[in-house]
Amino acid sequence: MSEAAAIQKNASDEEQVKSARSETILYVDGVSVTFDGFRALNNLSFYVEPGELRAIIGPNGAGKTTMMDIITGKTRPDTGDVLFKSEIDLTKLDEAEIANLGIGRKFQKPTVFESHTVFDNLLLACSGGRGVFQALFHRLSDAEKIKIEKTLVTIMLEDKRDEMAANLSHGQKQWLEIGMLLMQEPELLLVDEPVAGMTDSETEETAKLLRSISKEYSVVVVEHDMEFVRDLDCKVTVLHEGSVLAEGRLDHVQKDPRVIEVYLGR
Amino acid sequence: MTDYRQKYQMTPVIGWLLKDRGGMILLGILIAAAILVPASNLLLPESSAFHVPTWMVSLLGKYLCYALLALSVDLIWGFCGILSLGHGAFFALGGYAMGMYLMRQIGDRGVYGDPILPDFMVFLNWQELPWYWYGFDMFWFAIVMAMFVPGLLAFVFGFLAFRSRVTGVYLSIITQAMTYALLLAFFRNDMGFGGNNGLTDFKDLLGYSLQSDGTRAGLFVASCVFLGICYTVARGITQSRLGKVLIAIRDAESRVRFTGYRVEYYKLFVFTVSAVMAGIAGALYVPQVGIINPGEFAPALSIEIVIWVAVGGRGTLYGAVLGAFIVNYAKTFFTGAMPDFWLFFLGGLFIAVTLFLPKGVIGAIPAFGSTDRQSLFTTWRKRRANEGGKA
Repeated sequence: MSEAAAIQKNASDEEQVKSARSETILYVDGVSVTFDGFRALNNLSFYVEPGELRAIIGPNGAGKTTMMDIITGKTRPDTGDVLFKSEIDLTKLDEAEIANLGIGRKFQKPTVFESHTVFDNLLLACSGGRGVFQALFHRLSDAEKIKIEKTLVTIMLEDKRDEMAANLSHGQKQWLEIGMLLMQEPELLLVDEPVAGMTDSETEETAKLLRSISKEYSVVVVEHDMEFVRDLDCKVTVLHEGSVLAEGRLDHVQKDPRVIEVYLGR
Repeated sequence: MTDYRQKYQMTPVIGWLLKDRGGMILLGILIAAAILVPASNLLLPESSAFHVPTWMVSLLGKYLCYALLALSVDLIWGFCGILSLGHGAFFALGGYAMGMYLMRQIGDRGVYGDPILPDFMVFLNWQELPWYWYGFDMFWFAIVMAMFVPGLLAFVFGFLAFRSRVTGVYLSIITQAMTYALLLAFFRNDMGFGGNNGLTDFKDLLGYSLQSDGTRAGLFVASCVFLGICYTVARGITQSRLGKVLIAIRDAESRVRFTGYRVEYYKLFVFTVSAVMAGIAGALYVPQVGIINPGEFAPALSIEIVIWVAVGGRGTLYGAVLGAFIVNYAKTFFTGAMPDFWLFFLGGLFIAVTLFLPKGVIGAIPAFGSTDRQSLFTTWRKRRANEGGKA
């Protein structure tokens, strides 16, 4: 290759990197974090494109939940960049600010407001005024009501609208929490183990739900369950000891000898 | 669909008050008491069976102040999970503000006859009034301060605590420390609040003698009115979307944060409102008991308030009022009949309520089984089932 061609290639590479970065909804680069000497994340880098559905898998302790904590502002990284929509530096913001930017997070353990009805749970998550006095004088608008009804249908809980969230089944709570994320009108959804503890049919329904949601939003799903990940039918990132081990289609990733070693042990 | 329209779009205040059965009963009783008690005290002859003696009017008035204090604690503990074990501090500060006004009303009728300086300052050889006593010769100023000072303290304290995300038992401990620090400070003579003896020997309020039956009845009515107003305000807060956020914070704080709410602002708001209510209670309390001293800052007293709320039924507002009456009536009875027994009774009561009435006395009445309308029996049965499930 001639020198000129090499320079040109370099330039076009840089451009590609640049354009990849400017098109990302989430850009994680070189993130490391240490807790009491334990390196939970080690130079973690990956990015998610707008409208993408991405599954992140990895054995216990691979750093999946820590990664979620860093993106949502719960934990600050020691080093590295986390950019939302290529320009907003998430490492400088707190949980509420990040949530209001349009990043919704579902916890591993279903976390809904148990002493509120399903309807009120969705109402509280509804995008809009988050100020104390706005909340004090808030009146339910027709637009909000329609939005809530629409979400109730999406999450298959329309007949549970007046039920206390505490009385829902485990799977229904998971759906309600996903519904609450939708009410926030996020651009990026982070979903932590959505099918843990679900029955097979609930798991299937959830995969369907997430696939349909990913048509409108970018979704990152952290999961253990390989069957479920197969159902999602999307690009997979494998984490191990705080960094990316492999990335690609599930079939491709599953053939990777390092992934097999990590999952099956030595 | 129309169901929701009705539920949320009704004429606000009237609409939600009508749905609050316990609140309607409470407000009804308060209105009746505000009319009947003073009337029977002032109009009926002492020989009449329906005559309410003046000491009883004052005693009931005192209970009403305690009820308002309990209400303020229930607002933060029952609805937002903030367990303040230092709410007596806000009550006492409100009381001191009123006490300072009453001291300055004494004028030259004090033992030393100084027209400006209260007796204890003359006794300490002070030459002039400290700057922070200025303005307290005006009633409106004292009332504003009775609300502003507790509110400001709560705001600053809450700002620091909630911003640093101090929650649960740690928050409870620092509220105890706060009231204890104030107790020690107010004990000091050079603080200028009468030290150990506090403020007392009050003569009159707005020109009316504190000893007269009319003034005492007036204070009783004022206590009823303020309890009613504060109840309505507290209910207004708890039934609004803000109230729903507060309950959500109580149940799942981090979920609220990740939903985009600034949890610390919500806590700060309700904590400050609650402290202002406690301050009003203190300001109403002092003229009715005739004294305010640092003893009101005692940590044990603040813990007692929490017991009132737990006994009545946490998270209902009217339950707190009921609890304050039950426990304080019992206190009046026991400290009179068998003084040594009172603290044992209080401790036993707290244990019994925690074990057998987790939703308080109100929760044991099926019609009021809090918001989800569970009777004591179903709670107990559910608990048994849960325990069985775990084992």
